[in-house]
Amino acid sequence: MGLENLLLGFQVAITPFNLVVAVIGITLGTIIGVLPGLGGANGVAILLPLTFTMPPTSAIILLTSLYWGALFGGAITSILFNIPGEPWSVATTFDGYPLARQGEGGQALTAAFTSSFVGALFSIALITLFAPLLAEIALKFGPPEFFAIQLLTFSSFVGLGGGNPLKSLASILIGFILGAVGLDIVTGQLRMTFGVTELMKGFDFIVAVIGLFGIGEILLSVEEGLAFHGARTGMNLHVVLDTWKILPRYWRTFVRGSFIGFWMGFKPGGATPASFMSYAFAKRFSRRPERFGRGELEGVVAPETAAHAAGVAAMLPMITLGIPGSPTAAVMLGGLIIWGLQPGPMLFKDKPDFVWGLIASMYTGNIIGVLMVLAGVPLFAAILRIPFAILTPLIVVVCAVGSYAVHNSMMDVWYMLIFGIIGYVFKKLDYPLAPLVLALVLGDLAENALRQSLIMSQGSLSIFFTRPIAGAITTLAVLFFLLPVLTPWWRRLRGVPATAPTSTHG
Amino acid sequence: MRIADALTAAVLMLAGGVVIFDAVRLGIGWGTDGPRSGFFPFWLAVLLVVTSFLILVQTLRSSSTAPFVTRQQLGPVLKVLWPATVAVALMHFVGLYVASALYLGYYMRAVGRHGWFLVLTLALLIPLVTFLIFETWFLVPMPKGPLEAWLGY
Repeated sequence: MGLENLLLGFQVAITPFNLVVAVIGITLGTIIGVLPGLGGANGVAILLPLTFTMPPTSAIILLTSLYWGALFGGAITSILFNIPGEPWSVATTFDGYPLARQGEGGQALTAAFTSSFVGALFSIALITLFAPLLAEIALKFGPPEFFAIQLLTFSSFVGLGGGNPLKSLASILIGFILGAVGLDIVTGQLRMTFGVTELMKGFDFIVAVIGLFGIGEILLSVEEGLAFHGARTGMNLHVVLDTWKILPRYWRTFVRGSFIGFWMGFKPGGATPASFMSYAFAKRFSRRPERFGRGELEGVVAPETAAHAAGVAAMLPMITLGIPGSPTAAVMLGGLIIWGLQPGPMLFKDKPDFVWGLIASMYTGNIIGVLMVLAGVPLFAAILRIPFAILTPLIVVVCAVGSYAVHNSMMDVWYMLIFGIIGYVFKKLDYPLAPLVLALVLGDLAENALRQSLIMSQGSLSIFFTRPIAGAITTLAVLFFLLPVLTPWWRRLRGVPATAPTSTHG
Repeated sequence: MRIADALTAAVLMLAGGVVIFDAVRLGIGWGTDGPRSGFFPFWLAVLLVVTSFLILVQTLRSSSTAPFVTRQQLGPVLKVLWPATVAVALMHFVGLYVASALYLGYYMRAVGRHGWFLVLTLALLIPLVTFLIFETWFLVPMPKGPLEAWLGY
């Protein structure tokens, strides 16, 4: 049954047009992944307006391919330039850059791409298996269950996200409040517009993503007075084949990384902790842990496998529950709504060709992707030799074009600049940006689920605890919210001194 | 860092207060067909005020002395920000393409100190390529000014 659907999906994904779309997406994605200041989320956001006229399946293939490209591209800058393009490629720099400095850049890159590919494939296989089952269960969900899942999504940012839990909570609340600005579709009243007509439309999350991640990141990176010190690569077929001969030795690391990645990945914000956790495990179980951090190939394999597995796993809740697992998935979810599709479990019933085309394109996209990046490393690395004074204004212009194109509104371009400054300040003060964006996207959905639940129960919050599925999820969510309070208390109880809160990014 | 942190928390508290004010105006209770418009924003804002108050307390009790931004860091940041702001303002009058060309040209010349030939080539080529992709290929219109009108777009 599942296999039949997958075959149907492949028929959709392997048309010449969709393959060309995938190649374009991966190329753009890799460039975006390599460029400082542009990442998967705002790359997808900038490209979104261009997909309005495309068939939805081709549009989602373009955007997901861009995402795979960005995931691959992050490894290039981490290894060759010691600049993690994304928070989850930070752990890749630990051993990747030393390897590149020792002249083993080609080997490190091959290992990184291959691990990414293995991790992705593992997650896609699990998505193929579990997505229909999860969608089947989700079909029985009512508003209380959906609100409970939203609660769980945000509680995991607070409880498991690392960093300051209060600031994570503040980010979530800001996102929801920004999302509520404008017309209330249920009552038709204007909220928080204070008589300003421009605020009626509210804040578009695409503009917020471009500003927070695009402009904010640029401001942050010019601060360091960026000068790139790249290592040279000797990348050729010989190196690739030689590395592939060594890699099977690390099969344990591959398996561990894939599982960690998938498990962490379908919860929001999971890719970064997954990559660090996988690295830590690999070091812990290694026969020569002292080599880690000085150029150990396994130290590249571990985080890359987990990060890419997590990046792919973030798509699972998006297509089955309509709840994105990462900012990039959130932007894609916004795309789905714009293309006239209703994200969530009904997609599997209403649009099987879309869902299975998307799942099949994950296989084809990653296969094309790994081959393209292996062949294109010198090309992509050359992008970083473009002087910074040319790249910076170019990225600003691209961001402005993307923001304007969403609603053909100059106001959005101003919002982009303001969000850019907010992003810069928040990043410096350790307010996480991902939960803010997710809350902005899910704001209306969450509010409607809450309203409908309360109408069902005539205003009593007990409905989130009395229904069995909603009750279990809500309880878990409450536990996650309280985790930052409980952990120090638990430690003290066991006589372990409480550690100072460490600030981790991502 | 401490001052910036405390200031941000204070601003968030204030913003929460403004939202509460508006939510109360809209009605935070139970309407004829369920919760009123102000219900959801009200509780969000109450939580935000509490959270940012706790952040404020946490910040004031900490003893971090690292500056939020040093003079050397602020320079390049402003050098990106103010030309970008001018460029966005210009877009209202001359359109996106001309404003981008001026912005690109200015930044490459004034900050990057690149040669005139490179600066002019790129400043003209990048908006031109953008124009071809968006206006002619994908039919996504951008703000245009007198130059485009003169050229017949």
